[in-house]
Amino acid sequence: MRYLPLTDTDRSAMLDVIGAPDVDALFVDVPPEAQLDGPIHGLPMHASEMAVEKHMRGLSKQNLAAADAPFFLGAGAYRHHVPASVDHIIQRGEFLTAYTPYQPEIAQGTLQMLFEFQSQVARLYGCAVANASMYDGSTACWEAVAMAGRVTKRSRAVLSGALHPHYTEVVKTMAKFTGDTIADARPSIQPKPDNSGLISRIDDETSCVVVQYPDILGRLSDLSEIAEAAHAKGALLIVVNTEPVALGAIKSPGEMGADIVVGEGQSIGVGLQFGGPYLGLFAVRDPKHVRQMPGRLCGETVDADGKRGFVLTLSTREQHIRREKATSNICTNSGLCALAFSVHMTLLGEKGLRQLAAENHRLACLAADKLAAVPGVSVLNDAFFNEFTILFDGDAREIVRELADDRILAGVSLGRLYPDVAEFKGGLLVAVTETTTEEDIETLCSALKEKLT
Amino acid sequence: MARYFTEEHEWIDVEGDTATVGITDYAQEQLGDIVFVELPDVGAMVDKGKDAAVVESVKAASDVYAPISGEVTEANPALEEDPALVNTSAEEEGWFFKLTIGDKSELEGLMDAKAYAAFVDEL
Amino acid sequence: MNAPNKSGWKPEMTADGGGYGPATHTGNRALMLDEALIFEIAGNDTTGVDLPEVNPAMPTRLGGLERKADIGLPGLSEPETVRHYTRLSRQNYAIDLGLFPLGSCTMKHNPRLNEKVARMPGFADLHPMAPNSTTQGALGVIYELAEWLKTLTGMPAVAMSPKAGAHGELCGILAIRAALEARGDARKVVLCPESAHGTNPATAAFAGYEVEDIPATPEGRVDLAALEARLGPDVAAVMITNPNTCGLFERDFRKIADAVHAAGGLVYCDGANFNAIVGRVRPGDLGVDAMHINLHKTFSTPHGGGGPGSGPVVFSDALAPFAPLPFVEKTADGFVLVEEETAREHHKQSFGRMTAFHGQMGMFTRALTYMLSHGADGLKQVSEDAVLNANYVLRSLEDVLYAPYANSGPCMHEALFGDKGFAEGMSTLDLAKGLIDEGFHPMTVYFPLVVHGAMLVEPTETESKAALDQFIGALRSVSERAIAGDESLKTAPHYAPMRRLDETLAARKPVLAWQDPAAD
Repeated sequence: MRYLPLTDTDRSAMLDVIGAPDVDALFVDVPPEAQLDGPIHGLPMHASEMAVEKHMRGLSKQNLAAADAPFFLGAGAYRHHVPASVDHIIQRGEFLTAYTPYQPEIAQGTLQMLFEFQSQVARLYGCAVANASMYDGSTACWEAVAMAGRVTKRSRAVLSGALHPHYTEVVKTMAKFTGDTIADARPSIQPKPDNSGLISRIDDETSCVVVQYPDILGRLSDLSEIAEAAHAKGALLIVVNTEPVALGAIKSPGEMGADIVVGEGQSIGVGLQFGGPYLGLFAVRDPKHVRQMPGRLCGETVDADGKRGFVLTLSTREQHIRREKATSNICTNSGLCALAFSVHMTLLGEKGLRQLAAENHRLACLAADKLAAVPGVSVLNDAFFNEFTILFDGDAREIVRELADDRILAGVSLGRLYPDVAEFKGGLLVAVTETTTEEDIETLCSALKEKLT
Repeated sequence: MARYFTEEHEWIDVEGDTATVGITDYAQEQLGDIVFVELPDVGAMVDKGKDAAVVESVKAASDVYAPISGEVTEANPALEEDPALVNTSAEEEGWFFKLTIGDKSELEGLMDAKAYAAFVDEL
Repeated sequence: MNAPNKSGWKPEMTADGGGYGPATHTGNRALMLDEALIFEIAGNDTTGVDLPEVNPAMPTRLGGLERKADIGLPGLSEPETVRHYTRLSRQNYAIDLGLFPLGSCTMKHNPRLNEKVARMPGFADLHPMAPNSTTQGALGVIYELAEWLKTLTGMPAVAMSPKAGAHGELCGILAIRAALEARGDARKVVLCPESAHGTNPATAAFAGYEVEDIPATPEGRVDLAALEARLGPDVAAVMITNPNTCGLFERDFRKIADAVHAAGGLVYCDGANFNAIVGRVRPGDLGVDAMHINLHKTFSTPHGGGGPGSGPVVFSDALAPFAPLPFVEKTADGFVLVEEETAREHHKQSFGRMTAFHGQMGMFTRALTYMLSHGADGLKQVSEDAVLNANYVLRSLEDVLYAPYANSGPCMHEALFGDKGFAEGMSTLDLAKGLIDEGFHPMTVYFPLVVHGAMLVEPTETESKAALDQFIGALRSVSERAIAGDESLKTAPHYAPMRRLDETLAARKPVLAWQDPAAD
């Protein structure tokens, strides 16, 4: 078997050294009734590389790849062009097959990369410190709520109605077990987010207010007034960002007063991957909150010769030391995705990120105008970055399914996100990125026009 | 002023109704380089034998217990800037917090310096 | 204080002046190349991509929220970027370089076919919320992998969405809590062996339980009598790793499970060490109710310098109804994703959702590729060779290194050593740093906590006999130096890109992000 280097000669020689007659003798502690006689029934035997590749390729061909269709899906996962060198770099064996950098003398590659990554994320988010990643945006969102509880010693979290419903579900699921109260809501179908409605829900028991920016409908608003209102009641503002490219065009959450900023980093370097692995980002605006952060942190130091180097630090927050009193149980996080993000961000630089963001927004504005010109379609948003909501009289979810049969991936319907809500039936989220062509936009407009007449 | 010791390696200096608490030199030696001390808030009530503070080294975090019950009146401000004081001067400048004593009888059962030294020898 | 510094680890850093030859102008030493931070190399006005220039006259609909202030992100051209990261990569040890003996991490070879398959556009370029009709192949992969996991473990159900092992532990414990609450029997305590991985008590505490330790016998296994004495109506579950973190199979596992069930509790098995028994033993036959599987351990998905992982959880019939959303089902019309909408009717006892989408698809394609490559016969050979390799290491070194359980019988896939016998002043840390100079990443050190100065060695099955022999020779040599009190170990490593780093300074004065010195 191509991945097993031992030969039968090796095995015999080793058994001699061990002093065992055969390998079964090494399993003597396993009760005989628990051991199987031979290979497990119901599974195939080993296969060649060629055979396995053929089987998997067959399965891959049963899917419609985003590159092969006009593509407008967003809702928390975005399709961007990842430069070719990113994938080559992450496949270097010294990155791909390395471990968590617990022995820093032989892990400076990973550690320096993490320090650069943390710095990039902190700056992008307008914060002082970012961690070395979490699983994804949704679990990072929950971890932020948990942290706000520790910092304020309160247990009531107020979630904006325009937070991604899957993120809301994750927070509500976890809160069932921690006893936190979650005050959530539904989004209002208005051109602007209902900030005053959100502010009115903040009280003296509130640990945090959680707002998505841009929100689930793609809307944008100034969060400073929410920050002030939260702080006035002793609560923290948590801002969730699911499209980091937006931050190349719009103000950072940190500069508007967010205390904790979390998000999904997938757009930069990681790719769609049918939902995972993704990249949770987590940052705090004020360094005084650092010891309450979950996840790994990489810090600068010097070695015995006085040379600058990097190490994992403040480890006493984490599970392997603090055990039941840890800030989180997280161990493995998303290191290789953090590398991909960091490489892509290094290639972009601020200049490239601003260009990328401008191009996304330009195409989105173009698409919005063209879609608004389709009879029966209106664009909801006053403001948006690269994703907006269109409304029409029809079942958007059904239309999306039908258009998929025509090989058009039209977007994520509000019905898909909020299946119970009849009023949302005619709503569709449309995401546009630098990978979208004007031809794609024309195709979508024509197809919708046809469905709606 | 009298100094007493617990089996959990805390020391307590008693002067009238107030006391000062810290960890012993033996304890700091076991921990290695101290990097952070989490002290109780002024005004907090601590209970004998229960968690009062946390002392962190690079790879360990240990709970420090209150040797007796009382109300915290002061937390050592020097430790925030310089946690290394606990290593260099655990039983003097590296004190953790002061408290007003709730019940003096709780001092019974605590060891004096000689008894603590003997206790440590057995470990 | 509670047991100050149970692990015994203390930072020690001494300088000895280096002395490798004449100083160079660059500070480099031939192929050992220093590399600055991106913030020191480039400014914020260069870029390595070709995008249209920003048109300041373009009308925008950003609600007046334009980002005016500098962000502070440096950009490098492609050649500079490739060089930067290539140089960084060369400062890392990796499985591709050599044996990586980390106990309980299962650092096996990461097959490159896995990488090729994961990148097929039909898998990589797929949005998680695309209509089911366009993703049948991907849903089929998840389903097929789920079937493999259930068959290998002998369990009827599996949750695929947890993002890593610790996330899987959480999934299992939350399912247990949901099941107990559903039968009106909420309990307060979870029992974990003292040798458990830190994620176990952290997970149980997060789920709202009080955690109590279960003692071990002198032979290194769970003390069944002590456990039985502690079981009662307040014990919700027991979390056991099997094989355990001392590298031993818990012979009494079935008895433990039966006792826990008889007392009304449930059994969580930490599957981190599944590599020792995969293909040979089914945890379902041992009475397990929930077990997480680390795809990045047993099933070869790459460690990536700290993730991403994937932690699916297999469930017994008792826990299956409580499994989290979403998951994949096979219907007459093909594969469907079950989310909150359909769960309401058919899966109403699900405890909820753990993550935004449906799991680590990129890890699923890799793991399924690995399983298809090995097949049932290959996987059985995997566990046999893993156990053979670990026993070979144990027996080759027990004369020189203290092996606390060497007389308990064979070890499983990992061998445990301790620092007894080292000269005064020599520590496991010193041995580990000496091993670095020999060209190996050290084994797991100071874990499990039950052995002083613990060293846990897991070679895995993808090591040749020659590689093992070289490792054994190196470990023997460094052990002998530790026993003899060789002072040069205290300043090791001497040949790595960095000397010992000041972890105390990093924790006392944390510097966690780049600060531009000019900006102050």
